[in-house]
Amino acid sequence: MKIAVVVFPGSNCDIDLYEALHTVLGADVEYVSHKCEDLSEFDAVMLPGGFSYGDYLRCGAIARFSKVMPEIVRMANEGKPVFGTCNGFQILTEAGLLPGALKQNNSLKFVCKTVPLVVENVQTPFTHEYTNGEVINLPIAHADGSYYADEETLAQLEENGQVVFRYAKENPNGSLHDIAGICNERGNVLGMMPHPERAVEALLGNEDGLRVFKSLLTSGTVKTEGK
Amino acid sequence: MAELTPKEIQTLKPYLEWGLTQKEYDYICDKLLHRLPNYTETGLFAVMWSEHCSYKKSKPVLRLFPNKNERVLQGPGEGAGIVDIGDDLAVVFKAESHNHPSAVEPYEGAATGVGGILRDIFSMGARPIASLDSLHFGELTDERTKYLVNGVVAGIGGYGNCMGIPTVGGEMTFDDCYRGNCLVNAMSVGLMEQKDMQKGRAAGVGNAVIYVGAKTGRDGIHGATFASSDFSDEKETQRSAVQVGNPFMEKLLMEACLKLTHEHADWLVGIQDMGAAGIASSSCEMASKAGSGLVLELEKVPQRETEMTPYEIMLSESQERMLLCVRKGYEENVIKLFKEFDLEAVVIGRVTDDGQYVLKHHGEVVTDIPVTTLTDDVLEEPSAEQMPKRLKEAKEMAPWTPDVTDAKQTLLALLQQPTIASKEMFTQTYDSQVRTSTVLGPGSDAGVMRIRKTNKALAMTTDGNGRFVYLDPEIGGQMAVVEACANVISSGALPLAMTDCLNYGDPNDPEIYYELHHSVAGMAKACEVFDTPVISGNVSLYNENNGEAIYGTPMVGMVGLIENVKHIISSTVKQAGDLLYLVGVKTKADFAGSELQKMQTKKIFGALNPVELTTINDYMKKLLTTMQTGLVQSSHDASEGGLGVCLAETLFGSGLGASVELDLTKELLFSETAGRFVVSVSPKDQVAFETALGEFATKIGEVTATENLAVTLTDENFSVPVATAQKLWEEAIPCLMKSKD
Repeated sequence: MKIAVVVFPGSNCDIDLYEALHTVLGADVEYVSHKCEDLSEFDAVMLPGGFSYGDYLRCGAIARFSKVMPEIVRMANEGKPVFGTCNGFQILTEAGLLPGALKQNNSLKFVCKTVPLVVENVQTPFTHEYTNGEVINLPIAHADGSYYADEETLAQLEENGQVVFRYAKENPNGSLHDIAGICNERGNVLGMMPHPERAVEALLGNEDGLRVFKSLLTSGTVKTEGK
Repeated sequence: MAELTPKEIQTLKPYLEWGLTQKEYDYICDKLLHRLPNYTETGLFAVMWSEHCSYKKSKPVLRLFPNKNERVLQGPGEGAGIVDIGDDLAVVFKAESHNHPSAVEPYEGAATGVGGILRDIFSMGARPIASLDSLHFGELTDERTKYLVNGVVAGIGGYGNCMGIPTVGGEMTFDDCYRGNCLVNAMSVGLMEQKDMQKGRAAGVGNAVIYVGAKTGRDGIHGATFASSDFSDEKETQRSAVQVGNPFMEKLLMEACLKLTHEHADWLVGIQDMGAAGIASSSCEMASKAGSGLVLELEKVPQRETEMTPYEIMLSESQERMLLCVRKGYEENVIKLFKEFDLEAVVIGRVTDDGQYVLKHHGEVVTDIPVTTLTDDVLEEPSAEQMPKRLKEAKEMAPWTPDVTDAKQTLLALLQQPTIASKEMFTQTYDSQVRTSTVLGPGSDAGVMRIRKTNKALAMTTDGNGRFVYLDPEIGGQMAVVEACANVISSGALPLAMTDCLNYGDPNDPEIYYELHHSVAGMAKACEVFDTPVISGNVSLYNENNGEAIYGTPMVGMVGLIENVKHIISSTVKQAGDLLYLVGVKTKADFAGSELQKMQTKKIFGALNPVELTTINDYMKKLLTTMQTGLVQSSHDASEGGLGVCLAETLFGSGLGASVELDLTKELLFSETAGRFVVSVSPKDQVAFETALGEFATKIGEVTATENLAVTLTDENFSVPVATAQKLWEEAIPCLMKSKD
């Protein structure tokens, strides 16, 4: 499996995704410029955290007009794994690949800490190595992570099992339904505010995120649920 | 408005407002130029001869610092200092103050402080890997102070988070002396391959001077001179001297500059950040370092405002700009590289060999003076110094003895003092983990960053304690270095070298100059003993408000090397049954300037006891050896609040407790004798550890599964649930920040 990590101007967790996949797991992964218009050689694509275009206007609002985006939409539509963490999640919602939006945290402040999450859908290409209902700890680091969607959308997300990660003890940002990460109906596009790529090495004190990437690398051999 | 003519300048003396003295102006006219300088030239002299750029007051004192050893690859004089860490790698670091801008506009002041120090690092060819800060404010009961704290913290986070550079450590203290003049010092640490080392020089006749980054506006004009004068309520026009930051622009600039220096070093002759005094200082320093001259065509400088004068273009301190010297013939390559990052790069001049600094504006020569007059000919005047009266009085005073009736309540009260209490409400607004190399982040004795592709790690800390320097500049200076070394060693690292920010009041006051001189002498002596040369630094004088000076506060930024990540030591205890040791010199009655004294008397006074530098260095290195051989489970150095606070902090978050018996009275539990550690050791390593440390390790108890801190003193026994102590420690600052009075 060949994986692309997209680098937008202002991305800064690109190295974290790359190192998690390349150095920790030995995966075949490459950085791809936001100007790249052909991702046909890749089997999966990752959108990193950071401040694409300085988060000016609205987080992710400018990045979604990047030249690379039509390719990401194509891959999503073809059922290929598409992953966004933090700013990557914001870009996926701005691009309409995931429903809802991320608002400023209720505290109005950036927050960086490790929080417990429940894994609620283990049938995605990013979570099949977890067990349903398992509580894991992952770092968050964002100022705009409060998930919002209208009631109808929220009801659909819940009904379809599209809520993949939910904040377990405390809700750090005011997300509706304590949502930390969601997938599309088909399950191949996942966006989450927490940073699994920061939790892949014992040296840094946490390996709870490692299975997100292990799941991806073995997803070809596992049948994940989809329509 | 037409600019004043040279003659009008001579008569109306605007330069006095810009910080040049009459004597300096006369010297420039009579001895250097042999003519009257025009408006632009006078402005250039004013900024280049300001303390911020020239160090004219502090230079004699700075010469006291050792700045070399076999590891130092680059000492003071460049954007940042560089130290060899083996494997053909080097660590690059520097600290800088942004006190004055932060006191006027806290968010932008702090943000651009971070931005400026990051540029210093990547201008050397290094990628910044971590930031730290050292912040000193008035008391948190003051509403304006709360506003400043919130603004400064938001500014540091706003810039650093967006840049994707983790903020991994720092310090924050509160004392009334900083109320009108807070201290905001930022430190950045970078990593590089030694082959990528760059310098800020403009050499080679005909080579291009290229301007890159943000456009030039009218912001921050005379920022350097602003930073070199004191505050008063009458000066209300200072806000225009504060710059505004754009971290997104800087992120692009950093990536572009690193691509240039790492992949196309052959195109490049030199590179320098445009910091204080903007184009003026960067261009003439680059020429001066290479012994060259320059011709710059100012109309080519990208400008975001119309009708800017040469004076404004040269003195603007707009952020996110760099100056390059590029080999002739490679201009287009460089311009194209920056365009890839959507950045503007423009050839604004050429290198010459006549040593003249020539500025043209639409063809008209507006400046033509020898480069060296701006950089080398600054009048260094000996400063008068006099021992402050309080120091003489303190030596005659009987030592102050605290009155502790209840050690437990005293400990709980100390844990809630803002200088000691948890700073998590602030540090969790900083991204401390981005780039996934942070092993130990905020709240640790030192921030620890692993170095990818090696087994190594770097430990880093900032420490400044104005109180001790106020009470005894020399000993206080020594203690600042001891404290920084202790933090680094406590993390398992060998201290390599240091940077500093020297924050003081008006050096024209002989008592202030005495503080500066003697505290630097104290630091220098400690640096010799610990073999930690000073490789970079910054001086911030005139930290006064309405004539009241801050405590002289030298900040030490120390970086240490851990050879094997297996031997990184954190400050929290690990396992019940582990033995607890007090490592260090014997605890003495060190209460002058202590947190206990301040809490009980609301002030600080008295004389400091001498610090046994050689002894401290000796056992610290022994302690380090025990860490490197795996004998130490945890280590935390005792600083504010003494051993009592140190013991409590080693338990916070561990899920464990401790039972401790000390041959100390309850007062001494809070004494702040420098250079002590609380260390936990597995019972199996008891003999090896005790043999290695000898008389410098005293077994004081053990880690318990019961989550209480139980302490037996010679005159009191107490036990307190760790959770109770931790809650008070955690909630003190959020509670103060919320309360209104």
